[in-house]
Amino acid sequence: MKSSASRLSLWLLLTPFLLWIVLLVLVPHIQMLRVSFQVRESWDTLAWGLEQYQNFFTESYYWRTFVRTGVMSLFTTFLTLLVAFPIAWYIAKMARGRSKGVLFLACLIPFWASELVRTYGWMILLRESGLFSSWLQALGWADGPVEMLYNDVAVIIGLVYNGLLFMVVPLVTTLDGMDENLVEAGYDLGGGHATVLREVVVPWAMPGIVSGCIVVFMLTLGSYLTPVLMGGKDSAWFTEQIFTQFITRFNWEQGAALGVLLLVLSSVMVWLGLKLSGQSLRKVMG
Amino acid sequence: MNANKTRNSALLCTSLLAATAASPLLAEELRLITWGGYAPDEVVAQFEEETGIDVKITLSNNEDMISKLRATGGAGFDLAQPSQDRIVGVQRQFNVYKPIDYSRINTDQLQPSMVKATQEATGLNGKSYGVPAVWGTSGLIVHSSVADTVKDYTDLCDPAVAGKVSYRLKRPTLMGFAFAMGLDPFAAYNDRDEYASIMAKVEDKLIDCKANVKTYWTGGDQLLSLLRTEEVIAAMAWDAGGWKLNAENPEIQFVAPESGALGWIDTFAIPRRSENEDAAYKWINFVMQPEIAAKITNASGNFTASKGADEFVKADLRDAYRASFDEQAITNIKWYPPVPPGLEATEGQVLDRVQAAN
Repeated sequence: MKSSASRLSLWLLLTPFLLWIVLLVLVPHIQMLRVSFQVRESWDTLAWGLEQYQNFFTESYYWRTFVRTGVMSLFTTFLTLLVAFPIAWYIAKMARGRSKGVLFLACLIPFWASELVRTYGWMILLRESGLFSSWLQALGWADGPVEMLYNDVAVIIGLVYNGLLFMVVPLVTTLDGMDENLVEAGYDLGGGHATVLREVVVPWAMPGIVSGCIVVFMLTLGSYLTPVLMGGKDSAWFTEQIFTQFITRFNWEQGAALGVLLLVLSSVMVWLGLKLSGQSLRKVMG
Repeated sequence: MNANKTRNSALLCTSLLAATAASPLLAEELRLITWGGYAPDEVVAQFEEETGIDVKITLSNNEDMISKLRATGGAGFDLAQPSQDRIVGVQRQFNVYKPIDYSRINTDQLQPSMVKATQEATGLNGKSYGVPAVWGTSGLIVHSSVADTVKDYTDLCDPAVAGKVSYRLKRPTLMGFAFAMGLDPFAAYNDRDEYASIMAKVEDKLIDCKANVKTYWTGGDQLLSLLRTEEVIAAMAWDAGGWKLNAENPEIQFVAPESGALGWIDTFAIPRRSENEDAAYKWINFVMQPEIAAKITNASGNFTASKGADEFVKADLRDAYRASFDEQAITNIKWYPPVPPGLEATEGQVLDRVQAAN
């Protein structure tokens, strides 16, 4: 009697989670996998086949866009780490008491507005008739309006900005737990700044670095608004191609195949990253 | 025991939920999916007052409309406004619309030539699926400083306007460039190979032209702000946007290109699983009254199929229209014929390749 009651309460507690996973994650993905193997023969007949997957490899612009998206996402992740590490270090180790909370809040506040608003903010700053351009002219450093929007640098700036918080939080959490005596001992034993950073701080922060990198990488790879709005004519981003296939071309079959490929390939890249850094998912997420 | 009790109360909860969900709707409702400006607040308020029907509006565009209706098999909306060239293909493929019952439409207040054209363009198996509503063209919006250079779509690739040009990466651009290059894509609609060769030429042209483009615009507001700040001085765009800018800054004008503006007609079409057909027909007959239709023209900048509505349109809009279109430019408009199956896949690949080219 007692065990059946406790089992029931376990199931009741699990129900929302299971409903979420099954209805909103598993079922749509299985559906997408099914659609991706359908080939539209004519108006109203369907057949099974691999045509959409073949398209990905034979039409060079699909996989070239994918490679481009992957490389730029990796680069963005790396830049985000470089920018976020000093911030996280300062918040975790240097700031005391109240200023710690304030600094943390300062990182958080931009995320109260949506991605769209943040992206438009950057567009106002970077565009030809924008703030930076007019400052440069006022200072006499530029003769005419300078266009800083609609290129890859602008896209990366936007993406780094969007990923920053997701890198800072795990870094602060891991660095917070580090004993400062370790750093001091490193210096006492004759290590310089670089050695201490390499031998003491980074190994300690590794779980935070890896989990931050995974989150930022996935967010960047899957972002849509920032590359489309800030990249302009050269903004070939893989998610944009998926969107175009589904919405503009009504080609759900091709869109689904590209979606499945994005899921598989990004998972492979994360797995490779874990292997290369010698971390396991359990250690990183736990 | 314990478990049983819980199950009973769970059952009770479910039946309660079901009861609330099944309670009858209090007010009649018309769910309209349409373009920005086609259902101005003023018109909606007047309709609600006269009929007591609540109007719920979703703003959309052709592709989005089709995707939404396709996803639900034609449910979720009671009335839609797709362009007439995008109805037959979609209907054959996805079966999302139901035929229009023309006896319920007050055709006296519509321009007969447009009704005839739309009935033919949206006809399938002896039934027609659309009623003409709003029409317009795409052409060029040009700043007066380069008006002498940019007279046709291909002039957007002229070095004189390098870096200050914008157009969309969508099918109207492909059509416009093809016509400007002396080709006729509409005549090749039913000849797959001929069409593919035309598209290949357009693709080369667009890839060459890419260096000239500042950005491919994706939304009307985005383009208008680029033109307002003069970051872009020549663009392929809709007439209504050009007239709107012309009212703010007389230097900017909408020009019908030498090879002809591209004309489209947006229709009324009834989704297959519309839940309130009566309200849909009421709305169609209501907004096509000349005074009401003129309000739509004033709000969206586009002219309607309503007969005699021109009299009620704002004077400056009428003047801008006449400045852009003389008699010859009007006869030269290339109206979109219905898109046959398979073309959009070819066009899609062309557009993808242009986007990915460096």
